[in-house]
Amino acid sequence: MDTEIALRVDGADHRLTVDTRTTLLDALRERLGNTSPKKGCDHGQCGACTILLDGRRANSCLALAVAHDGADIVTAAGLAADGQLHPMQRSFIEHDAFQCGYCTPGQIVSAVAMVEEAATGWPSAVTYRHPDGTDGTDTGPVDLAANPDEIRERMSGNLCRCAAYANMIPAIQEVARS
Amino acid sequence: MRPFRYERATDAANAVALLARAPQAAFLGGGTNLVDLMKLDVARPELLVDVRRVTPRTIEQLPDGGVRIGAGVTNSDLAADPLIRRRYPVVAQAVLNGASTQLRNLATVGGNLLQRTRCLYFQDITTACNKREPGTGCSAIEGHNRDLAILGTSPDCIATNPSDLAVALAAMDATVQTIGPDGSRAIPLTELHRLPGSEPQHDNVLTHGELIMAVVLPPLPFATRSYYRKIRDRASYAFALVSVAAAIDLVDGQVRDVRIALGGVAPKPWRATRAEDLLRGGPVDEERLRRAAEAELADARPQADNAFKIPLARNAIVRTVLDLVEAAP
Amino acid sequence: MSTIAARVMGQALDRVEGADKVRGLAPYAFEHPVPEPAYLSAVRSTVAAGQITGIDCSRASAQSGVLAVLTYLNAPRVGTDDGELRILQSDQVAFRGQFVAAVIAETSEIARHAAGLVRVDYRPRPHDVELADAHGPDQLRVPQQIWPLFPIETDKGDVDAGLASAAIQLDETYRTPWYHHNPLEPHTTIACWTTEGVTLYVSTQYPAGVQHTVAEAFRLEPAQVRVRSPHVGGGFGAKLPRHSDVILAVMAAQLVAGRPVRFALTRHQMFSQTGYRSPTIQRVRLGADTDGRLVAVAHESVEQTSRLREFAEHATRATPTMYATPHLRTRQRLAALDLPSPTIMRAPGESTGLFALESALDELAIACGVDPVELRVRNEPAEHPLDGLPFSSRGLVGCLREGARRFGWQPRDATPRARRDNGWLVGTGMAASTYPAMQLPGTKVTIRATPDGRHIVSLAAVDIGTGTRTALAQVAADALRVDLDRVELRLGDTAYPPAAQEGGSAGISSWGATICAGADELRRRLSTEYGDTVPADGLEVTVDMPENQYLGRYVMHSFGAQFAEVRVHEETGEIRVPRQLGVYAVGRVVNPKTARSQLIGGMTMGLSMALHEASVLDPRYGHVVNHDLASYHISSNADVGAVEAYWIEEDDPYVNPMGTKGIGEIGIVGAAAAIANAVHHATGVRVRELPITCDKLLP
Repeated sequence: MDTEIALRVDGADHRLTVDTRTTLLDALRERLGNTSPKKGCDHGQCGACTILLDGRRANSCLALAVAHDGADIVTAAGLAADGQLHPMQRSFIEHDAFQCGYCTPGQIVSAVAMVEEAATGWPSAVTYRHPDGTDGTDTGPVDLAANPDEIRERMSGNLCRCAAYANMIPAIQEVARS
Repeated sequence: MRPFRYERATDAANAVALLARAPQAAFLGGGTNLVDLMKLDVARPELLVDVRRVTPRTIEQLPDGGVRIGAGVTNSDLAADPLIRRRYPVVAQAVLNGASTQLRNLATVGGNLLQRTRCLYFQDITTACNKREPGTGCSAIEGHNRDLAILGTSPDCIATNPSDLAVALAAMDATVQTIGPDGSRAIPLTELHRLPGSEPQHDNVLTHGELIMAVVLPPLPFATRSYYRKIRDRASYAFALVSVAAAIDLVDGQVRDVRIALGGVAPKPWRATRAEDLLRGGPVDEERLRRAAEAELADARPQADNAFKIPLARNAIVRTVLDLVEAAP
Repeated sequence: MSTIAARVMGQALDRVEGADKVRGLAPYAFEHPVPEPAYLSAVRSTVAAGQITGIDCSRASAQSGVLAVLTYLNAPRVGTDDGELRILQSDQVAFRGQFVAAVIAETSEIARHAAGLVRVDYRPRPHDVELADAHGPDQLRVPQQIWPLFPIETDKGDVDAGLASAAIQLDETYRTPWYHHNPLEPHTTIACWTTEGVTLYVSTQYPAGVQHTVAEAFRLEPAQVRVRSPHVGGGFGAKLPRHSDVILAVMAAQLVAGRPVRFALTRHQMFSQTGYRSPTIQRVRLGADTDGRLVAVAHESVEQTSRLREFAEHATRATPTMYATPHLRTRQRLAALDLPSPTIMRAPGESTGLFALESALDELAIACGVDPVELRVRNEPAEHPLDGLPFSSRGLVGCLREGARRFGWQPRDATPRARRDNGWLVGTGMAASTYPAMQLPGTKVTIRATPDGRHIVSLAAVDIGTGTRTALAQVAADALRVDLDRVELRLGDTAYPPAAQEGGSAGISSWGATICAGADELRRRLSTEYGDTVPADGLEVTVDMPENQYLGRYVMHSFGAQFAEVRVHEETGEIRVPRQLGVYAVGRVVNPKTARSQLIGGMTMGLSMALHEASVLDPRYGHVVNHDLASYHISSNADVGAVEAYWIEEDDPYVNPMGTKGIGEIGIVGAAAAIANAVHHATGVRVRELPITCDKLLP
């Protein structure tokens, strides 16, 4: 059942016709030709399709396009404004934080969002170190650079089969520091 | 995925009315489980009613000291909320131990509570499953059941409830507020989900068209110190083998109140009332904890692959509560 | 032979395609823009063995937007004998999950839905899918078709007498489960059939192989088949052999000739369609004197294959290369089951085999009271233990010593279960690793020199994430003795000369050796015919990979030493690996940056193998039931601690002109054993069956 929706993708407005079944991921890849977000599992189990959806990272494979009419989407391609790579992108290259590159756009979108989340004080499962949950009372920013386990936990929704994880940590720490 | 119609509800009553008219309709929240199941052809709605704009997205303090969480609040917002973090840390931790940030950003509180089992056979339409297709048999009982339930099972189904949040809410005696074709009601969280019995197709007590609007946490001062311990096959981004939500109220070394709920072991969040009863009114030490945990697990009926969950759950209960006690200021 | 001078080789350069990959602009197979693509979706069998008794396509065909439905009744006949590729050729079903039909439609949503509407009825027959000790000798056979570079079975001395006479005797059985490669990019294809032939975008480790296979299957000339594969989202062996998904895509393209057909396997389908690593049941018997010097080694492995295509994991393959012993025997047995075909997966043989052998060595070290590092040093052979040939270079002892130093191996109390930290038992473990240094046949290179000083180097090699695009350009620059910016490397397209597969850690060695030969030939012709000046219209040479004159005179292997620290929770059995460290002897390292990434990637995949991965077969149905990434666990970021990879200097003049020995596979070899050995050190529990999960360590 076709329906017309509007999406803003990487700063450009689009009107497009989608099937109600079309996910945001397939709308981007198969309708709009934006193949920056990748399809790895199509079930929210790998993170390769991660985009910024209205400012927050999300698995685009599980979001129906029709339910996100009017959404503002940023992909890894859109993070590089005017051809200038985002600092996270430069850091991933410098630290060789990827190999095949297929999970990479999702990793980078996720990492960029994560730095922002930590700065606004969002906790993670490892923020709670004290075995009575009282860490939660500290709602201040989380220092990612000083705490690689925070990065590891917060990046665990993005699988990397080439296993560049150990290189992602310093890549992200460097950006988090600056 | 089968074709379906999509409608955006204008308000809660409209959402309920839309569903009530369509027996094959479903509410759409964040979609992280429903869309997944639709792709697998497990869920086959002919109409999706989007309720994200009609379920409350606020977290508010109540006059009695409790907190009301709107059903449309995302899992991320729930976990980051200062009130929740300070007053009910076990709730924030449970959420943060589930899924990934990008899923929690989409998933709603209401949807989280209604997510369906991740039993592999339930998710595979080429195999028999009583929950998916009543009467076809349970593939898991004689099959791969490492992840499945040891408590509250039936000869027809051994599925586990996958929600972490529900485990913490069960421990906190939360209540679910719904609106449905027959009006509004409040359901204790521990009574929202049902055991499979001979009708495993019914995960919960909600009627068709009944929409969760909010979850209410009652005041529980001692929950400011509470913990969620999740044991799983990966360090992150995996469902629980066993999880424990715990809070304890100690007065002069005696247990005045204690809350223990288990995840990963039963078709519903498993409130460990038997263990709680044994612990109340006495001192807390490893031996008493162990006996209480063993009493809770005494009725466990393990399958071929998951007998380890009995000692694992026992040890996890003992360790989680002991850590809480030993961390006391 | 001497190796070429390294000027660009050895530099830690960033990946040349990095800026494209971090933005998601590097196109993978499915992503190539093609006009008006049609979408293909497959239907798979729901019985493990049997016969199709009826197919009803009417509901699928009636869907608006459906272009065609493919079944064995209308599919083109294919000209291949490979049972795995002979899909839709008859009513027979050989495994659960085999393609039995497919739908071509205007959109992916319509195709997938319509595929679910195709009704297939079967007459099943009893199936045999379980690899078990119960398989008697009459059901097990010696494999016939595994890599001919290595003997299938080996014998030296009198093993039985040696074992019987040994002061210390060990006899244990180790098991490894099924593994699935699960590259993050699914197997995907775009196929376009025209009157001229077929153009394919394929996610493959072997474009020339796909070209040859498709040409044979569809009775075309190879020149009529063009395969493009500029970027590949991981392979690990799964994209090396040809699978039936490519055949299905070409069949569909033929049916809707003129329209490009896009086909992506779903993650679920990958578990039955793209190969896997066979489970192994390995018996290791060791005999040693009280000082730990080996007297006899016997290693037997039972593995599975399909009824359609034989492949043996060959877990005993590395055993003859490792340690000095007067008596040695390896045995291989295969059971052919009603299952999909297993295939090459990162370090086939070595990764599984050395889990068993290096676990056994650890058990022997404990039995003898000898330090595990020292035990391996004591058993270092002077020449290859089986055939007596010298090694071209053998860096095992150097890796062991350097690894022990860097890791801080000593002082180490070998007593198990003796270290606790805040409720966690702590242990350390180590293992040795090896992988053969190979060149694979089938590579040609064309080098074109231009008058403005550029060199265009073309071959149908691929970069599956290994860093080929960068490292091979570095090789070419040194081979041509020019700066890197004078080299234009063109790959990933069968429009270029054929290239051997990306596999066996042999990519750089095979392709690089050919480029070196091409550079020599270019210089020779420039010198003899053109007075060392490139003519105005340029000069082009095409050469084949040269034979290595030292093959058969030296045994060529990489070696390594793996170390791991583990923590096991005393009460829950939860396992964490805060540190892995590996030191390798892999010849010359072309690009330290990308090489290190491959090594830590292999080590992490070894961690994943040790703790997380197992494909679970349900024998009643005959398929792997945990067929998604939520239930087939691969290590996530939170599972990985510090991973350190180093290498020792090694100048091997015999392997190839670059002195490289391959780097993609050795990182996984021994990594699981090092962790298993550390788990024993931490807990006193010896886990001989992977994966090591908390239930196996519960008190």
